[in-house]
Amino acid sequence: MIPASFDYERASSLDEALSLLAAGGEDARPLAGGHSLLPLMRLRLARPSLLVDIGGLDELRGVHADGNSVVIGALTTHHEVAGASELTGGSGLLARVAEGIGDPQVRHRGTLGGSVAHADPASDLPAALLALDAEVTLAGRDGTRSVAAADFFVGPFMSAAADGEIVTGVRVPKREGWGSAYRKFQRRAQDWAIVGVAAVVNWTESGIAGAAIGLTNMGGTPLRAPGVEAALVGASEKAQITAAASKVSELETPPADENASSEYRVHLAQVLIARAVAEAAGCPGMQSG
Amino acid sequence: MATAEKYVGGGVPRKEDPKLLTGQGQFLEGLTLPGMLHAALVRSPHGSARINSVDVSAAAAAEGVVVAYSGADLADEWAAGLPMAWPVTDDIRIPDHWPVAQDVARYVGDAVAVVVATSRNAALDAAELVEVEYGVQEAVVDVEAALADDAPRVHESFDDNKSYTWALTNGDVDAAFAKADVVVSERYTQPRLIPNAMEPRAVVAQSVPSTGDFTVWSTTQIPHVAKVLFALTLGIPEGQIRVIAPTDVGGGFGSKLNVYAEEALCIALARRLGRPVKWVAGRSEGYLATIHGRDQIQQIEIAATSDGDILGYRVNIAAAMGAYLQLVAPGVPLLGAFLYCGCYGGEAYHFECTGVFTNTTPTDAYRGAGRPEATYAIERAIDALAREVGVDPAEIRRRNFLPAGDMVQSPGGLAFDSADYEPALDRALELLDYDGFRSDQAERREGGGSRQIGVGFSSYVEICGLAPSQVLASLKYAAGGWDAATVRMLPTGKAEVVTGSSPHGQGHVTSWSQIAADALGIPYEDVTVLHGDTHVAPHGMNTYGSRSLAVAGVAVHNACDRVVDKARGLAAHLLEVAPEDLEYEAGTFSVKGVPDRTKSMPELAFAAWTAHSLPEDSEPGLEASCVYDPPNFTFPFGTHVAVVEVDTDTGAVDLVRYIAVDDCGPVINPVIVDGQVHGGVAQGIAAALYEEATYAEDGTLETSSMVNYLVPSAAEFPSFETDRTVTPSTSNPMGVKGIGEAGTIGSAPAVINAIVDALSHLGVTDVPMPASPERVWRAIQAAQGGEA
Ligand SMILES: Cc1cc2nc3c(=O)[nH]c(=O)nc-3n(C[C@H](O)[C@H](O)[C@H](O)COP(=O)(O)OP(=O)(O)OC[C@H]3O[C@@H](n4cnc5c(N)ncnc54)[C@H](O)[C@@H]3O)c2cc1C
Repeated sequence: MIPASFDYERASSLDEALSLLAAGGEDARPLAGGHSLLPLMRLRLARPSLLVDIGGLDELRGVHADGNSVVIGALTTHHEVAGASELTGGSGLLARVAEGIGDPQVRHRGTLGGSVAHADPASDLPAALLALDAEVTLAGRDGTRSVAAADFFVGPFMSAAADGEIVTGVRVPKREGWGSAYRKFQRRAQDWAIVGVAAVVNWTESGIAGAAIGLTNMGGTPLRAPGVEAALVGASEKAQITAAASKVSELETPPADENASSEYRVHLAQVLIARAVAEAAGCPGMQSG
Repeated sequence: MATAEKYVGGGVPRKEDPKLLTGQGQFLEGLTLPGMLHAALVRSPHGSARINSVDVSAAAAAEGVVVAYSGADLADEWAAGLPMAWPVTDDIRIPDHWPVAQDVARYVGDAVAVVVATSRNAALDAAELVEVEYGVQEAVVDVEAALADDAPRVHESFDDNKSYTWALTNGDVDAAFAKADVVVSERYTQPRLIPNAMEPRAVVAQSVPSTGDFTVWSTTQIPHVAKVLFALTLGIPEGQIRVIAPTDVGGGFGSKLNVYAEEALCIALARRLGRPVKWVAGRSEGYLATIHGRDQIQQIEIAATSDGDILGYRVNIAAAMGAYLQLVAPGVPLLGAFLYCGCYGGEAYHFECTGVFTNTTPTDAYRGAGRPEATYAIERAIDALAREVGVDPAEIRRRNFLPAGDMVQSPGGLAFDSADYEPALDRALELLDYDGFRSDQAERREGGGSRQIGVGFSSYVEICGLAPSQVLASLKYAAGGWDAATVRMLPTGKAEVVTGSSPHGQGHVTSWSQIAADALGIPYEDVTVLHGDTHVAPHGMNTYGSRSLAVAGVAVHNACDRVVDKARGLAAHLLEVAPEDLEYEAGTFSVKGVPDRTKSMPELAFAAWTAHSLPEDSEPGLEASCVYDPPNFTFPFGTHVAVVEVDTDTGAVDLVRYIAVDDCGPVINPVIVDGQVHGGVAQGIAAALYEEATYAEDGTLETSSMVNYLVPSAAEFPSFETDRTVTPSTSNPMGVKGIGEAGTIGSAPAVINAIVDALSHLGVTDVPMPASPERVWRAIQAAQGGEA
């Protein structure tokens, strides 16, 4: 299909982008990699009146270590995130997640900021950011602010970003010494996750000392699984991890769609949590499947 | 005739590829004519709805719009409804099918209005302004639900949703079942599939008002057939229509073997407006407006002895036709009707099929057409029989194979030429290392882990070379099955082949060049192949049903022989000897015993063109034609093997190996044949594991794009292992059979059988297609006595 007609401006600075968006009103939208927005426009499911192309704003691109955190600019592509050496420790989760998004074409065009701003519950990066207790940074006409990932994703395709605000990047704790894994379950290689499980695990000699689980496509937003996380603390054997994973059923019932019923999603989440945690723990003998 | 085969059998690179790989393909979307207008259709969003009113005024007033019409506005354009050419029974119900619906819209996608504008964008924008007031009615989308007594009727003029029932009985079926030790009774669902040709459909129609001539460019597989049917639908004298399938048509798989509303509509609009009109489908629009395939419920019963020797077959299927009858839709199940006994024996056979209307996109021939469905049923059922009688699945096939031979009588009623089924099975087992596989499998089972492996077989025989015209008559098909070729030597010694086939990805230009180059003894590069334009190739039945090589290719071969015959007379005349005194080899005639007295084909071509000295009774020029009507079908066969690994925790299936041993007779070009097998196998595996078009109860197509209609990509497949046995057909002089659909026909049951085999120790006996992870997981749960 062909999109409905729209205006296009290319911004040369963040300030200019913000002014253009403000002038364009509520139907103006930033354009980053275009890999979520353009498909929707072609189906005429999105009809922005104005696209403000922020693709040239190099200030929003790149990965930098900053003390115990890593700061990633919004325009950093999935491909760049996947190869970022700054992402060490638990934050390495983001690189693992990014390398499994879509196909090479998508990874070279799609951006972290676009993925975050789009707030698709089936997108992979949001669950990882949630598991890492990341913060999303935003710029608006009134200045900048940051919002915890847990507060940023408020519903399917809905975020805490206000109209006219631009996501400038994310700040992620490094979690040195923690291991991570992402288990994505999909039908075809380039598909979105039917269920995705991000696990960040602090494995010590006496077993799991801390764990965070982020879930993709198990609800209207990315979710944490607090019951599972609590039950994982102290676990040191496969059976204990499996038992902890089963606590995912305490979460609200996930949606059903053409790929999976709710019941099957819960089952998949259990299996994938156990596998992701075992992989993240990196402990021989715990690996399964 | 002694011809050194230099090109035939060799893997010369396809002539078509350089331009396709470098973006120089000539596809219809690139065609622009002076003054050309663009049409956009308004389609019903309802499965079933009365069209109470259509208001096109806002659309007509929009920028760039020339005119907008409702179905009623166009009613007097049609001399007849859209054609259906295969009325399989005398009492078949054939509904009216107008290019634009007039009173009732019967599926989501049924056209209700059209907007014509100076650009495609303007037409698409304005189409949103057409206001249609619908009286929404209850829809029925499921083939079994449509057969219920109280089902909503798709066509109110018919008493129920049945279009026809067609039956075939051979032998005493009740007796065969009465004496059987075992009867297996299986029910299978053939999901509805959406053909995904790389190039969506498109059409451009041009009229010359002063002469009444029309030229229609269409992404069609059947320019010649379409020409006849356009004439009938639009009431235009046939001689005034020229149909052109562009040099490059990007795939069809049956989806362009049709006469579509948009084709008729563009011609009608060009006639009304006196300007060229173009329509190009979007991908999702194509999902609604281009035919679908399959969508059948199958019941198959096999009667056998306790040793697993099959005695008889009983088959009953319900086949969705969709909302209307497209070009050959009723006949699609008939192409499988004779094959529910596969390559196996037996005494008796009964087949019965009911065609059913549903409020869905019409179905029609999709790669394999009837034969994948039949092969799936018998190849799944014979595995069920193997389990029932405790015989190995490879062994039960071997035990029941028809004997090797020519014209071997099958219980389905056909006589198969070139039957020799065991060597293909043997070769497949050898490539697999069957014993090795079974011991690996036993080890995995003992280990009890979550990754279990299974193997599945499918030994198929299929029907190609459509078709002897007289047989088509007996099946009530309204056209012949012949095809035509003209081979013309050009004055410079090159050759031109004019073919009645209409290639759209198959590589006919390459294969026909190989055939002609060998027969005429000229370089392969010196052969040009012309196709797809009814003004260039006056006769043709075109390309579908794996028929092109076995019919049109044989016509090329025969026409070449005739050219060589004529050349012999000319050579004899010029060399002043009797024709019998000449030897012909590799394009050169030489006098027997005097090998330096020769005439080459290029020399003769020039002599025939100058016509300075010709034999008596001979005309200038060196060309010949052949219209070939095959005496019989051809019957390719083979054995396919799938090896899968199933994750029993999640139900995910990983296809680990795929082995295809096919017998299509002598191979013209192994690269092309492998390509056909690869693509065909991929499409069959897609049906087994991924693809399924689904409708909501109200008639909404849920799988409306490639996001949720799961067309797999290369990443989902292992490297296919292909091999061949070669048993020439006795029905044509080249011995060729056809390979276009074999991959699709053989593959789906092999994959599902492999999944069932992997899980058989858990008690699983069936997993429906497509075997999604959830379905596999549920099958395991159910077999284990779980709730799922
Ligand atoms: C074939 C295909 C497969 C894919 N597979 C996956 C997958 O497996 N997993 C996955 O997670 N994703 C997948 N994606 C989506 C992909 O990751 C997108 O790139 C990403 O979701 C959006 O990033 P973008 O830069 O393309 O954003 P755009 O499409 O440009 O924008 C998306 C939305 O975010 C807004 N936006 C963009 N940038 C900003 C910003 N800085 N501040 C505020 N608003 C902004 C836009 O206005 C728009 O509303 C796939 C996409 C395709 C086409």
